[in-house]
Amino acid sequence: MARQTNHRWIVTFIPYLWMLALFLIPFLIVLKISFSATVIAQPPYDPVFDFLIDSWTESVEKFNSLGLDNYRRLFSDSIYISSYLSSLWIAASSTFIMLFIAYPIAYGMARAPKSIRPTLVMLVILPFWTSFLIRVYAWITILSEEGLLNNFLVGLGIIDEPLQILSTNTAVYIGILYSYLPFMVLPLYSTLEKMDESLVEAAKDLGCTAIGAFWRVTFPLSLPGVIAGCFLVFIPVVGEFVIPDLLGGSDTVMIGKTMWEEFFNNRDWPAASAVAIALLIVLMIPIMIFQSNEARQQETR
Amino acid sequence: MSAKTLGAVRRKFAPWDDPSATPLIEIRNLTKRFGDFTAVDHVSLKIYEREFFALLGPSGCGKTTLMRMLAGFEDPSAGEILIGGQSMNSIPPHKRPVNMMFQSYALFPHMTVEKNIAFGLEMDKLPKGEIEEKNIAFGLEMDKLPKGEIEARVKDMLRLVKLEPFAARKPHQLSGGQRQRVALARALAKRPKVLLLDEPLGALDKKLREETQFELLDLQMQLGMTFIIVTHDQDEAMTMADRIAVMDKGQFIQISSPAELYEQPNTKYIADFIGDINLIEGRVTHNERGRVTLDSDMTGGHIDVHAETTTGLGDKAWFALRPEKASLSLLPPNDPSTNCARGTVWDIGYVGDLSVYHIRLDQGGTMRASIANTSRVVERPITWEDPVYITWAPDSGVILLK
Ligand SMILES: Nc1ncnc2c1ncn2[C@@H]1O[C@H](COP(=O)(O)OP(=O)(O)OP(=O)(O)O)[C@@H](O)[C@H]1O
Ligand SMILES: [Mg+2]
Repeated sequence: MARQTNHRWIVTFIPYLWMLALFLIPFLIVLKISFSATVIAQPPYDPVFDFLIDSWTESVEKFNSLGLDNYRRLFSDSIYISSYLSSLWIAASSTFIMLFIAYPIAYGMARAPKSIRPTLVMLVILPFWTSFLIRVYAWITILSEEGLLNNFLVGLGIIDEPLQILSTNTAVYIGILYSYLPFMVLPLYSTLEKMDESLVEAAKDLGCTAIGAFWRVTFPLSLPGVIAGCFLVFIPVVGEFVIPDLLGGSDTVMIGKTMWEEFFNNRDWPAASAVAIALLIVLMIPIMIFQSNEARQQETR
Repeated sequence: MSAKTLGAVRRKFAPWDDPSATPLIEIRNLTKRFGDFTAVDHVSLKIYEREFFALLGPSGCGKTTLMRMLAGFEDPSAGEILIGGQSMNSIPPHKRPVNMMFQSYALFPHMTVEKNIAFGLEMDKLPKGEIEEKNIAFGLEMDKLPKGEIEARVKDMLRLVKLEPFAARKPHQLSGGQRQRVALARALAKRPKVLLLDEPLGALDKKLREETQFELLDLQMQLGMTFIIVTHDQDEAMTMADRIAVMDKGQFIQISSPAELYEQPNTKYIADFIGDINLIEGRVTHNERGRVTLDSDMTGGHIDVHAETTTGLGDKAWFALRPEKASLSLLPPNDPSTNCARGTVWDIGYVGDLSVYHIRLDQGGTMRASIANTSRVVERPITWEDPVYITWAPDSGVILLK
């Protein structure tokens, strides 16, 4: 009995160890950098703390006079605020649009004959077999002026001049919708598929039309899937870098891109770290809502 | 309404014997196939207003499928359902004057007990056109309900199913029997013309079940509803229903009143399905003007029966005798023409008011006789290993041909 409990303790400990080594420690390093000043050196920052050299009292002293300069800059320089706002806006609006595209897909999948459902799920996951980066690159060849889409539309005579889609926000939206759709479809599908068909029948039996039954029964019961899908899309899209970088233009500002520029173009590691930490704080709220939603789901099951 | 008046009204109720009565529900040649499996097989049936109709049958015989076609969830493969003279074939479930209580309950998990029960009532006050149509079509006096009325009705229903303290709970916080009662209340709340109940009381304990049975009968009388109920509990069907249909493999074997089903089963299947019975195989040696004689190897003699039957001489037939209609005696009957079989008591089962004697016949085979346990013992009590004579009157059983 006692041995069993020990083993269980090890099993629960492993994920914590994993989180500690791969998440918490890197986070602390980034946090440390965000409090430092920029210097031209290797690495390009002057560490405030150096636990290997500093004594305990020195560390405490330094902590008291922490340099929040990098954080102040986030507010003084409008590029940061506008990057955050624009990221949040793009993420929110694309999540919303995606919900409308994904819901019918997931609903259709969940109502398809049982025998073909695994195939449909496979088809949704299939794009993951190709690297994300390559798939975003592929959109360049589709959306560019000489690309597939423009050639096709011009060929059909629908348009005379090729459309400028690439390097605009439209392209960014297309890229996001395409790339993140499976993350919305799958949680929706899993809640809709689990749902008992007889509930809808009961609603109709009690006088609901098909549409009424959907809004009063199907949709409320699929809310956990809707919430899960929205957060699974919203959270990573806020920090998305590849899509705005490859498909967006110079007027596409997203926080991931700004951070990248600080880090690689300006070699301003402390500023980039501050951007990252601030982003984490911003995302903390939706992550916590997501968590509590999941926990609630666990309870009612 | 007291039980007494209820009984009096119910005793006289037999519209199916009246050729001029118009049925509320008419099922014509209804068939349902799933692939090449036939779940309901050319079924025809008439159900009358205010009738309490029970469906009995083994698991998988098509009871739920039949109910689902009535409610509109399965399209018939062939045949037709008429309610109030109107064909239901293209009428969607929400426009039918029928409510169904699901075998699986189908409670809405995101709503409280109260909300579940109110669901159908709230629907009634919502869309305008459809409900009106429905009202005109079926003469329902139900209109859009005011909020207070909904609340009152939900309260009534909660009281009926004894769930008042649980009104604010969600279905997952209830026991199986409580959920079943919510489902029942939800279906009843709309007071539909026709209520389909798919095993409504199966999860309840005996006492609660009997109470609810009575409440259901009472409610049916008060509101003039027509009930179609599926049950696996024979006693429930026998005590509650005006008529019972016994189904097997998608077909009706017999549709009749409980007493008729018990006293005049039309096949060995029914005889065996309802209650306990002795089936004595024999050959017909005489059949004239309601007098039939069977020669049976089982009893080693002939059996005189008062029955009308179409069978010809020499045909195989079965005499069906309920155990309580047989008498036991240690002495042979005085009149040698009395129907009689000789055997030895092999086992005695004590069932409270009755004792069931299992008797091994001298010719092989067994018969059962159940004897009331009265205190007046005429002869010495019959006990294990006693040689006994089983006797019965010519009009105590029926002749079955299949
Ligand atoms: N959707 C379906 N697809 C295929 N077969 C079905 C379907 N629904 C029911 N059946 C089959 O039809 C037959 C009758 O089913 P039904 O549910 O009507 O039985 P039942 O009499 O209600 O049984 P029970 O007493 O166990 O509830 C069963 O053999 C069942 O397997
Ligand atoms: Mg069933």
